[in-house]
Amino acid sequence: MTKRFALGIFDDEDVLLHAIENVRAAGVKIYEVFTPFPIHGIDDALGIERSRLPIAAFFYGMCGLAFALWMQIYMLGFDWPMIIGGKPHIALPAFIPVSFELTVFFTCHGMVITFYTISKLYPRWRTPVLDVRSTDDKFVMAIEINESTDLNNLSKLLRENGASEVNEKEMTKN
Amino acid sequence: MATLTHHESATAEYLELSPKTRRTFISIIVAGVVLLAIGLIMAAFYGGGHEAAGAAHGAGAAHAAGPEAGAGAAHHEGSPAWLKRLIVSLWHNNVFFVGVSAIGTFFVALQYVAYAGWSVVIKRINEAMSVWLLPGLVIFLAVFFLGRHDLFHWTHDGIMDPKAANYDAIIAGKSGFLNTPFYLIRMVVYLGIWWFFSERLRKISLAEDLNGGTEYFHKSINVAALFLVLYAVTSSMSAWDWVMSVDVHWFSTMFGWYVFASWWVSGIALTTLTAIYLKQAGYLKYVNSNHLHDLGKFMFGFSIFWTYVWFSQFMLIWYANLPEEAVYYNQRLGGFNGAYTWMFFFNLVINFVFPFLLMMTRDAKRQMIMLKIVSIAILIGHWSDFYLMLMPATMKGENGFVIEIGVALIFLGSYLLLFTKRLAQASLVPVNHPFLDESVHHTT
Repeated sequence: MTKRFALGIFDDEDVLLHAIENVRAAGVKIYEVFTPFPIHGIDDALGIERSRLPIAAFFYGMCGLAFALWMQIYMLGFDWPMIIGGKPHIALPAFIPVSFELTVFFTCHGMVITFYTISKLYPRWRTPVLDVRSTDDKFVMAIEINESTDLNNLSKLLRENGASEVNEKEMTKN
Repeated sequence: MATLTHHESATAEYLELSPKTRRTFISIIVAGVVLLAIGLIMAAFYGGGHEAAGAAHGAGAAHAAGPEAGAGAAHHEGSPAWLKRLIVSLWHNNVFFVGVSAIGTFFVALQYVAYAGWSVVIKRINEAMSVWLLPGLVIFLAVFFLGRHDLFHWTHDGIMDPKAANYDAIIAGKSGFLNTPFYLIRMVVYLGIWWFFSERLRKISLAEDLNGGTEYFHKSINVAALFLVLYAVTSSMSAWDWVMSVDVHWFSTMFGWYVFASWWVSGIALTTLTAIYLKQAGYLKYVNSNHLHDLGKFMFGFSIFWTYVWFSQFMLIWYANLPEEAVYYNQRLGGFNGAYTWMFFFNLVINFVFPFLLMMTRDAKRQMIMLKIVSIAILIGHWSDFYLMLMPATMKGENGFVIEIGVALIFLGSYLLLFTKRLAQASLVPVNHPFLDESVHHTT
C-alpha cells in the first residue's frame, strides 16, 4: 500500500511545538512528527494519549512476585526442604529479597518487550524514514495526503507556521 | 505591593496569617494541654493503665507480666510513671520535630547542589520549616538535665564504675562516646551546625530577593554542599545519640539511615501538606499539579526507601538471631505482654503499604486530596515510628497514649505558630532565583 505525505521541515523545536498546535487547530490531522531528540511537551501538543504501559507493568510485576513466591515455597518448602539457620522451611522474611528482585526483573523485561513490540521495533522491521535529516538536525512533521487534499493551502499553512521547506514523499508499506 | 523582580511574570506574594488561623493553632495547643492534664491525672491516680500499677510501685514485687516486663520492673528507678512518661514524650516529640526541621534545610541544600529547578516555587516552605532547631535545642537540654536518668540507662550513677553495685561492663566500654559532657557537646554541635546553615541559606536567599543576580545562587551551592557533607555525618550521629542510645546495649549499623529515612519522608510530607494548604488558601499561585506530582513521587519513593532500610535492619537481625541484637525485636513483637505488637504492624502498614498503594498511579500524585491523605498518614506513621523506637526501651510495658498525644499536640501547635510566622516573614516566591522561570514552567 502506498501512502503519500506532505513533509514540513522545521529547524527549531519551539517553532515546531507552536506549529503543531496551530496545524491541529486548523483541523489538519498530523500523521507523525520525527525529531532527532525527545522534545518536552510534544506528547501533549500532538494530543497523544497517555501510555497504558504502567498498567501492563503492574501485571508483569504481579506475575514476577507470584513466580518468585511459588518457586521459593515449592523448592525450599516441598521439593528439597533444608534447615537454614534454624528457621522454618517456608520463612517469608528470607524470601522477600528474591521476591523483590524477580518482581523487578519481570516488570522491566515485560515492559521492554511490550514497548518494543507496540513500537514495532522488533528485528527485521523496516523503520520508515521519511526524511533522513530527522536523525540529524531537522524536525519533520508528516501529514498524510490524498487526491482531495488542497496542497497549496497545506503548504501555505506549514510555511506560515515556520516550516523552512515543504516536501512531498511517497512511501510504500508492506 | 512592590515588585522586586526582573522576571515580568513573577511577583512577590506574602502570607498573611488571619487571626482565625492563629486561633486554630492555639486551640491545638489547648487541646494538647487538656489531653496532657487528663493523661497525667489518669497516670498518677490510676497507674497509667495496663499492668503499670504493679511495676510503678513495687520495684521488687514480682508480678504476672512476661520476662521482659519483669526485667523492666526490676530496672525501674527514679521518677514515677506519669513523670517518666512526660519526660520520654517530650524527648520523643522533640526528636521528631527537630528532625523534620533539619529536613527543611536538607531539602533546600539538596535542590541547590542538584541544580534542581522545579522546587524553587516551594523552597520558602522548606526554609521556614527549619524553625524548630533552636527551640529544639533548648528543649533537648532541659529534658536531658531534668530527666536523663529516665531516658538513658548509661547516665545512671555508678554504671561505669567497676566498684559500684550496678556496674555494667558493656556500658562502661562505651564510656568514651557515651559520657555526659561529650554527649552535650555533640548535641550543641549538631544543632548548631544545622541552625547555622539554615540561617545562612535563608539569608543568602533573602538577599537575592532584594538584589538579584546569580552570585547568590553560586554562593548558596557552596554553602549547601558543605552542609550536605556535615549533615550526612551529624544526622547519623544524632540518631545514635538521641534515639539508639536509649537501648544502650543494643546497636545497629543501619540505625542512622533508618532514622534519617523516617525524618526525610516526614519532612517531604510536611512540605507537601503545607504547599497544599497554602495553595488552597489562595497562595503559591505558581504551584500546580506538576510540582505536587514531584512531591508525590518523593513521598512514594522515600516511603519505599524507609521500608527498604527498615527491612535491611530487620532481616539481618532476624536471620542471625543473636540474642544481643534480637532483643530489640523481641521487645517490639510480643514483649511486655504484646504492648507494642499491634504498633509494630501498624507502622509497616501506614508507612509502607498505605502510601505504596495510594501513591502508585500518576493521577493520585496529581490530586490534592490523595496527597493530603497520604501526607497526614505519613506524618502520623513516622511519629509512631519514633514512638516505637523510644518507648519500649524507656517505658518498658508502662507506655500509654493520652499523655503522648497531648504532648504531640502541644508541639504541633507551637511548631505551626513558629513555622507560619517564619513563612510570613518573606515572600513565598523567591522572586530573583535564577531558576524561577524554569520552576514556573515545570511540566512532568
